[in-house]
Amino acid sequence: MSRIKQRFESLRQQGRKALVSYVVMGDPAKDVTLPVMHALVASGTDIIELGIPFSDPNAEGPVIQKAHERALAHGSSLRDALAQVKQFRETDSDTPVLLMGYTNPIERMGYDSFIEKAVDAGVDAVLTVDLPPEEAEEFSEHLKQANMENIFLLAPTSSPSRQKKVTDMAGGFIYYVSLKGVTGAGNLDVNSVNENVTSIRSLTDLPVCVGFGIKDGASARAVADLSDGVVVGSVLVNQIAALAEQGETNPAIYAAAVSVIIAEIREALDK
Amino acid sequence: MSSNPSSNNKAVDYSQVPDARGHFGPYGGRFVSETLIYALDELEALYRKLKDDPEFQAQFDYDLAQYVGRPSPLYFAERWTKETGGAQLYLKREDLNHTGAHKINNTIGQALLAKHTGKKRIIAETGAGQHGVATATVAARLGLECHVFMGEEDIHRQSLNVYRMKLLGAEVIPVTSGSKTLKDAMNEAMRDWVTNVDNTFYIIGTCAGPHPYPELVRDFQSVIGREARRQSLAQVGKLPDALVACVGGGSNAIGLFHPFLEDESVAMYGVEAGGYGLETGKHAAPLNDGIPGVLHGNRTYLMEDENGQIIETHSISAGLDYPGVGPEHSWLKDIGRVNYVAINDDEAMAAFRNLTKVEGIMPALESSHAVAYAEKLAREMDPDQMIIVNLSGRGDKDILTVAEIDGITV
Ligand SMILES: Cc1ncc(COP(=O)(O)O)c(C=O)c1O
Repeated sequence: MSRIKQRFESLRQQGRKALVSYVVMGDPAKDVTLPVMHALVASGTDIIELGIPFSDPNAEGPVIQKAHERALAHGSSLRDALAQVKQFRETDSDTPVLLMGYTNPIERMGYDSFIEKAVDAGVDAVLTVDLPPEEAEEFSEHLKQANMENIFLLAPTSSPSRQKKVTDMAGGFIYYVSLKGVTGAGNLDVNSVNENVTSIRSLTDLPVCVGFGIKDGASARAVADLSDGVVVGSVLVNQIAALAEQGETNPAIYAAAVSVIIAEIREALDK
Repeated sequence: MSSNPSSNNKAVDYSQVPDARGHFGPYGGRFVSETLIYALDELEALYRKLKDDPEFQAQFDYDLAQYVGRPSPLYFAERWTKETGGAQLYLKREDLNHTGAHKINNTIGQALLAKHTGKKRIIAETGAGQHGVATATVAARLGLECHVFMGEEDIHRQSLNVYRMKLLGAEVIPVTSGSKTLKDAMNEAMRDWVTNVDNTFYIIGTCAGPHPYPELVRDFQSVIGREARRQSLAQVGKLPDALVACVGGGSNAIGLFHPFLEDESVAMYGVEAGGYGLETGKHAAPLNDGIPGVLHGNRTYLMEDENGQIIETHSISAGLDYPGVGPEHSWLKDIGRVNYVAINDDEAMAAFRNLTKVEGIMPALESSHAVAYAEKLAREMDPDQMIIVNLSGRGDKDILTVAEIDGITV
């Protein structure tokens, strides 16, 4: 059984919701990422979603977009992200790690080369924001052969037939984007989330996690009740940005700061 | 003159591209986040419905004639021809269109589509500001709210156009992310569109972006080539031997080229911005010195580094300063139908000055790249041969840039 399946299985048995935490690799420095990943797990994260820095992250709001810029400023790349995961696996063989990014860096490395390195590093799944099912056939096939999950987004604008098309190709879990907007926006509509998640669930047995617009324990709690888990990103990245702006260079400080946020959300989710 | 590269691929049916999913060979497609799929599906369905609708076409033709001032002349540049020596040089005068560039052909078309959707808010990205001005213009005419995203860098380079847009009632939103130029303006427009997709129509300014944009921008701009073909036959009694157009995203070029693609005797040259020179790496010529990748919703040739990051481009002309290119051009390059060449900043500047002096026509710096290449090409051709150069826009907007190079404060 894949790490992601195992993780959702054991969460289901415990009656708990999944907490998926997103940070950008190399933000604000390469040596910050590994301690932050371990801290996310220690404070209650179930699945790590590691952003691959890209020059043109056009699905991201200003907060995460700047994180990509900070990471790129010292040349963090897909190669580094794979190296971080490999290092992470040296001491954590249970926590699923998902790489989230844009198509171009992966294509530049080449599907075969990327997947070989990703498998070797211990990556469990990939989410390419700008690679919808219509364009993902070849990549999906490659991932399948390597037993890696291809994670897809569904949005409030996805029609029922679209939901079907996406769930047919998807693996791991469905990432439901809670709002029309970029990452970090604030217009979360719980009613619409409920309606769409219900519809998606009628189409697939995959777990459904909800992301975009979740910023604290309360908003996490609200959507967790309707789904199998939540994704948090911008709140964490915001905190990292604040420390980076102060010129903080000690990785332990970053690790401690994200822990505080995750612990609060974990507590709200487990209530 | 190089031999016509189309002779070895007679089998290509140009009317069959793109395919149903927007692919031009391996290029094009729809690489966007899930939220936008529905908006693109909706746009595609609307365009399929209206494309062959006589009423829609009649309205488009009417607007082009009465508002834009089409047809634009095909002008024989006699003195320029004589001074250059070689083939006869004709200018397709898109600079004479309302707002001073070819960009308005497309914004008229997309605004008509927007009107049919009932959406009241228009967004656009702009580099040189010509597309921003053309969008603000049609928005004013239709009474639509208009927001134009423009890189901070370009706002400095093209301050006249920024002010024009404001006078037209548009809001110009400075983009400070990334390289602060056209590509970042396009990212920002896509972010806005994802957020306001219910009430917003995105008017893309070139034949790039996710399907169906490359197709519909091409179709709207093809009026250039249809006219030029007709005018050439009527005025000269034959088809031209060569076409030359500058390529930023590639909309003026595809507009001129497309109606001639099946005319095998017509050679075509797309002129990219060579910046400081191809060998310096500081240019905006992905078809000359890039590799295929995925950006802004389509697969196409791009300027990128070994990690797949899009790199900063350089061109003296803001309208060509873009790391990608419309996907149809990538395909036309690969199948060998069109030759893609590059002209450096200096050469474009010299052509700007020369055409202004010998013809009294001041070309946009973008168009000056085509002018410069046409001079080189003409010299290699016979005097009984004929070249049509797409004069995509007028140079008024660039006067401050040129003055700055001359060390003059206007
Ligand atoms: C006058 C003019 N020509 C050419 C271009 C380049 O665009 P395209 O390659 O889409 O024609 C621009 C873009 O701003 C322009 O203003």
